[in-house]
Amino acid sequence: MATVSMTVNGNKVSRDVEPRTLLVQYIREHLELTGTHVGCDTSQCGACVVHVDGQSVKSCTILAAQAEGSQVTTIEGLAKDGKLHPMQEAFREHHALQCGFCTPGMIMSAIDLVEKNPKLTEEDIRHGLEGNLCRCTGYHNIVKAIAAAAKTMGG
Amino acid sequence: MYAFNYHKPKSLADAQALVAKFPDGKILAGGHTLIPTLKQRLAQPTDLIDIGGLAELKGITVSGSTVSIGAGTKHGEVADSADVKKAIPALAALAALIGDRQVRNKGTMGGSLANNDPAADYPGAILGLGATVHTTKRAIKADDFLKGMFETALDEGEIITKVEFPVPKRAAYEKFRNPASRYVMVGAFVAETASGIRVAITGAGPTAYRWADAEKALGAKFAVASVEKLVHTSNGLNADIHASAEYRAHLITVMTKRAVAGAGG
Ligand SMILES: Cc1cc2nc3c(=O)[nH]c(=O)nc-3n(C[C@H](O)[C@H](O)[C@H](O)COP(=O)(O)OP(=O)(O)OC[C@H]3O[C@@H](n4cnc5c(N)ncnc54)[C@H](O)[C@@H]3O)c2cc1C
Ligand code: FES
Ligand code: FES
Repeated sequence: MATVSMTVNGNKVSRDVEPRTLLVQYIREHLELTGTHVGCDTSQCGACVVHVDGQSVKSCTILAAQAEGSQVTTIEGLAKDGKLHPMQEAFREHHALQCGFCTPGMIMSAIDLVEKNPKLTEEDIRHGLEGNLCRCTGYHNIVKAIAAAAKTMGG
Repeated sequence: MYAFNYHKPKSLADAQALVAKFPDGKILAGGHTLIPTLKQRLAQPTDLIDIGGLAELKGITVSGSTVSIGAGTKHGEVADSADVKKAIPALAALAALIGDRQVRNKGTMGGSLANNDPAADYPGAILGLGATVHTTKRAIKADDFLKGMFETALDEGEIITKVEFPVPKRAAYEKFRNPASRYVMVGAFVAETASGIRVAITGAGPTAYRWADAEKALGAKFAVASVEKLVHTSNGLNADIHASAEYRAHLITVMTKRAVAGAGG
């Protein structure tokens, strides 16, 4: 066992875990933040995407220990004072989800994409989502939602 | 995953000491190859030595006609670097084609080269540009570094510290991606360098290699017409569920042609 500490959604957390604990297990099983999903567990689908120090990453392919001391944001950390993040709001408005399984990862990837490039084009969005799979929507409304959110977020 | 002990050295010297102390340990950089391998229980290291945080292995510097990239530099950092884009745009473009954004936010140049996956991109770049791989022990020329499938000249415990790329006169990389994994099916890196034309093919054989016929043809005249009629043998090429050896052989000419066009030939 080793003590792994980090800041998750603004809260300092610390847990004793086995070194082989993945960041996604730390988040879901130890912190009980189950908004971050596991789709493939093989680094393909992007359901597990969270932000570590401002970068979108696949938390199923990172050890919790690698994120020691980091600032982590999960889907639960986006809404402020009961108000949805503009990206969440845009996904709702533009019907960018059906079953919702891919949505947390999709939103975390989308926010990173827009924050790095506020003036992104439709092509940038489609390429930027290469690491996120959706089995329901056909992506079209996801792309629309991200373009709309980019405008609200100041693009 | 089997259980292991985890270490986070504070310096390269600490990392080397840990590597020496745990002969059955493994270095962890971005983890985007090693963690999937551990999950499948294809490796059982006793200890992981995480070099991901070492500042000594990070950073990109351009001096004169050399671009030097720390082994711990992430693919996304290479892709977005204004310096790399200016000095060797083909290298930045290659990095931007690795995996997806999230993979590029974790995976490192050193990890990719040490692993030498036949379907990886960077082996094509070091060979195509005639780069030098620096380690904790020595400097290794790209032509001597790649030894075979998942095999390099690295000794046990030897750590890649940086890679030095000579700036070419012109260069371009073309990749036929596996549409599902985005790994290379066939990639061609074509460069006109101070020491002549270099054509590196990755994804097609057990490891990246130089295509002598194309180098010769382009040496005579750097133009698409010089390579478009070349026929590459399928002997010894990889064949798997994604592509037959014959299809890869065909793609080699197509990708080389496109890379020559991309480099303005
Ligand atoms: C979904 C997905 C898609 C991908 N697509 C592509 C692609 O299109 N093209 C491509 O090229 N790659 C691709 N990759 C691989 C990716 O680029 C990896 O990040 C890379 O191959 C390994 O780098 P790493 O830093 O993650 O290394 P790690 O996984 O940490 O380590 C890999 C190996 O290298 C050793 N090692 C690491 N650093 C050093 C060092 N400095 N010195 C000596 N040994 C070292 C480790 O001990 C280990 O054996 C993909 C990966 C994933 C998960
Ligand atoms: S669960 Fe992490 S990428 Fe699919
Ligand atoms: S909404 Fe169902 S997987 Fe995307």
